[in-house]
Amino acid sequence: MSNANAPKISSVTDLYAVAYGIEAAAVERYELLAAQMEAHNNPDLVVIFLDLARAEGIHRDEIARLAEEADVDVLAHAPRVGKWPKGESAEEVDAGAAHYLMTPWHALELALGGEERALDFFSSVAASAKDPKVKKLAEDFMEEEAEHVNLVHRLMRRYPAPAEAWGHDLDGPVAQD
Amino acid sequence: MESLDTKPARKPAEYRSDVTQIWCPGCGDYHVLMSFTRAFAALGLPPEEIVVVSGIGCSSRIPAYTNCYGFHGVHGRSLALAAGLKVTRPELTVVVASGDGDGYSIGGNHFLHACRRNIDMTYVVMDNRVYGMTKGQPSPTTEPDFDTALSPGGTGLRPFHPLVIALASGANFVARAFSGAPNETADILVEAIRHPGFSFVEILSPCVTFRPDEKEWKNLVHPAPVAPTSDPAKAARRIMTDDGFNIGILYRGDREPYQPAIGPARIDVSELEKDFEL
Amino acid sequence: MDQRHSIGVAIVGSGGAGALTAGNLLLEAASAAGWQGLLTRTVGPQIRGGEAAALLRLAIHPVACMPDAYDLLIGIDWLNAHRFGAEITVGPQSLVISDPRGGDLPPPMASAGARVVEVPIKDTAKGIPDGRPNMVALGIAGRLLGLDPDDLAALIAARLKDKSEAAIAASCAGIEAGYAAAADIAFDRPKPPKPASTKRWLISGNEAAALGAIRGGVRFAAAYPITPATDILEWLAPNLAKMGGVLLQAEDELAAVNMIIGASFGGTPALTATSGPGLSLMIEALGLATAAEIPIVVIDVMRGGPSTGIPTKSEQADLNLAVYGLHGDAPHLVLAPQSVGDCLFTTQWATYLAETLQTPAIVLSDQFIGQARAAIERPADLAFIGQRLEARDIAGAYQRYAVAAGGISPMALPGTRGGQYTADGLTHTPRGTPTSSAADHHVQLDKRRDKLEGFAYGDHWATIEGSGELAVITWGSLVGPVREAIARAAQDGIDVRLVAPRLLSLVQPARFAAALAGAKRALVVEQSHGAQFHRYLRAHYDLPGAVKVLSRPGPLPIGPDKIHRAIVEWRQ
Repeated sequence: MSNANAPKISSVTDLYAVAYGIEAAAVERYELLAAQMEAHNNPDLVVIFLDLARAEGIHRDEIARLAEEADVDVLAHAPRVGKWPKGESAEEVDAGAAHYLMTPWHALELALGGEERALDFFSSVAASAKDPKVKKLAEDFMEEEAEHVNLVHRLMRRYPAPAEAWGHDLDGPVAQD
Repeated sequence: MESLDTKPARKPAEYRSDVTQIWCPGCGDYHVLMSFTRAFAALGLPPEEIVVVSGIGCSSRIPAYTNCYGFHGVHGRSLALAAGLKVTRPELTVVVASGDGDGYSIGGNHFLHACRRNIDMTYVVMDNRVYGMTKGQPSPTTEPDFDTALSPGGTGLRPFHPLVIALASGANFVARAFSGAPNETADILVEAIRHPGFSFVEILSPCVTFRPDEKEWKNLVHPAPVAPTSDPAKAARRIMTDDGFNIGILYRGDREPYQPAIGPARIDVSELEKDFEL
Repeated sequence: MDQRHSIGVAIVGSGGAGALTAGNLLLEAASAAGWQGLLTRTVGPQIRGGEAAALLRLAIHPVACMPDAYDLLIGIDWLNAHRFGAEITVGPQSLVISDPRGGDLPPPMASAGARVVEVPIKDTAKGIPDGRPNMVALGIAGRLLGLDPDDLAALIAARLKDKSEAAIAASCAGIEAGYAAAADIAFDRPKPPKPASTKRWLISGNEAAALGAIRGGVRFAAAYPITPATDILEWLAPNLAKMGGVLLQAEDELAAVNMIIGASFGGTPALTATSGPGLSLMIEALGLATAAEIPIVVIDVMRGGPSTGIPTKSEQADLNLAVYGLHGDAPHLVLAPQSVGDCLFTTQWATYLAETLQTPAIVLSDQFIGQARAAIERPADLAFIGQRLEARDIAGAYQRYAVAAGGISPMALPGTRGGQYTADGLTHTPRGTPTSSAADHHVQLDKRRDKLEGFAYGDHWATIEGSGELAVITWGSLVGPVREAIARAAQDGIDVRLVAPRLLSLVQPARFAAALAGAKRALVVEQSHGAQFHRYLRAHYDLPGAVKVLSRPGPLPIGPDKIHRAIVEWRQ
């Protein structure tokens, strides 16, 4: 999950498109995780993931609105630019780290990883951008992501770190076929 | 690698059904499903023109999770079923999904002959080096020292080289992918589906329940160091000397796919009687 | 039809003597002259050069079984022919042509009291450049049967047209020599028929089954060769191609049956042919086709069992496997042809039923009728062509396994928009998704049983002939000898009725009861050591109070004489 293969940002249009793509992918990922938790009887995590999906959705829609004000059609550009050929996009949550007994703390840890990667990505765009408009926009996104990182940290303080035996299930797996 | 710059007319969500997925959270197969839907969307195929054929096992649950036609058949026989389907309906896109047990153990014989026949289809094996659905027995790709209930202390048997077997048997396209990189896997699947003949893609897909050690895989996978070759011997040697984690397209062949001529009858059925007339 | 109106001919020889070729040509020549007939063969275990006997029965009327005894036995040589002692019976009325340099007559034939005439067949052939002993034997048979020698010569020329002029000339010379050698031999034979005015065919049961399948709509076959079913595949391969279809040779029977399920899922009526060992391998997939409601036809040309058994001989002991072999409750169709010609009808009908009812159909043929060649009237064209109920123009949520009247739900073929579903062996909801709920399971079990139980199969379900307090109940290739036994019993003044189901599954209790109304005694005749058919009847049908069972395992056919005697012994 590195930004080593991130798409090339050459313009504000590109940046809006990529940022939109990152948030949209995160929304999808959290919704899928919420569905998994629902199917596996972990209601607390359904709530957490849906909340995360909602938050990312707001952010995604905000980007779309800002882009529209700047005359950029993110929906048209996002698929073109926002392709990360290897691995995942910056904020995509590592669904491989999910577990049917995961606790809210774990969910937030997943989210934290995603936000930190997004922050990393925008930081590097800001640092390397030649175009001042791109640089400014990247810095705005950086601030936004930094706020998210802080938010996740605060949320994590609300939940206890998981006990040693958090993943222990007295029942063994059930063969279905 | 072919770029997907052109905006696909379809979205991955179109290829997902609403059926609840029973895979354990953390299972690599969730990502494989994502790769499937992204690949189908990139190819722009109508979902009703795709058939996903599977056998039995966790991986084989995938057809019902798509919005395509599907066949969840019996253990180990998906390649045969797909062959009968594709040969009579060549215009359909046929993707066969299997696991290391379904595909390499009970399905081993059909694997050899499917590669040999080289019918145009794509065979995806989600390899987690264990029998997941039946609770953790070793599979033909399990390491010899992996301790299990049925083989305490490990089987002591050398694991298969499925990609080399595929090459030796005549597969026309061989690739290895990693479920944890769904975009890259989707790209490989697009290539595999587009490539004529029998395309074999092994997707390393960790089993969170019976192989928690496979969480390490995301740190072990790396791109194959060279571009794919069209020389099967070269490809085989490369694979036999790799660490099992080279990701990418490893072989692209140019064998003519097998597709017998089918179509409307050339004669009236009554003419067949001539064989018997006195 | 009885012995007096038919003539049995056996030609025996070994080590490349060509007895089987001679038998084939004799059947063809006799058929062209208007005879109807049946040809079977019996062989030793070798792949080449073994002892072999061609067995024919010719008559003016249709022939459905071999004779109890042969009127004419020609021995090109008698090497290892003792093997055929039990199968080739001769008696005082028989004529045996024996080559003095061909070894001794085997004991059962030597002591039968038959008239033995020596003819130096091998030496006669040696006297002709490239001469073949089987052509001499053919000439002898032709002369004794009263066949026109010119017609016979023309037939040879037509059959050997790919060989050299010299070979054709040598063959014709051999036949001429045979005619000459038999010129002074007296032989009592039935009056030869007039040449046929109706269309006649020369066909084997396996070929007839293959043609029936194509007529029924089959356009895809996948198979693994196995004796004695391979002939079906050999005929199908080029002929399916002519019809725009294809036959794939599979790597094993497991692949074959799954390939045809795949093809059928895609909309193409599909078939495979095998024998007992192959059917055993296919059972799991038959369950899949049953559960997922996918039509397929599986022909089992039964052979001696169990296990590898006697591959070249016939038996009726796969009934249990076909009817009961599937795990779970999996009702499906099982049919059995009753003669060489009936292989065409039954396979065509099976294809039609499988497609209509969306279920697998097993056709239980056997080695006897599968590999026998018969000269028969051309079978009538039939209206039974597979017509699957397809789902098209789908609006709204499609339910592949929706319950409707009659139990048959429309099947969406891949490519049909809106019809996407995943066919599954797992128990499923009407939509097709996996379920373990009691309600769903019961609903689908009922659906699959009801569609088969409620279908109007018509009169083809069984052959029911005659009336009488004694009913002979049989099936498959035994219908022929039973019919002949019943005809003989009629001459003895005994009224016997014949009840022979063609549809073995699903069972038809009401119609069976009607067929047996008034019968007080039942004689069950079958070729199975464990009396599988009798037990099947007992399990599903009411039988009259008094039942006798004549069940013999293979490898020998059960002759009409044995059955006739059983009937006579039980006359009241």
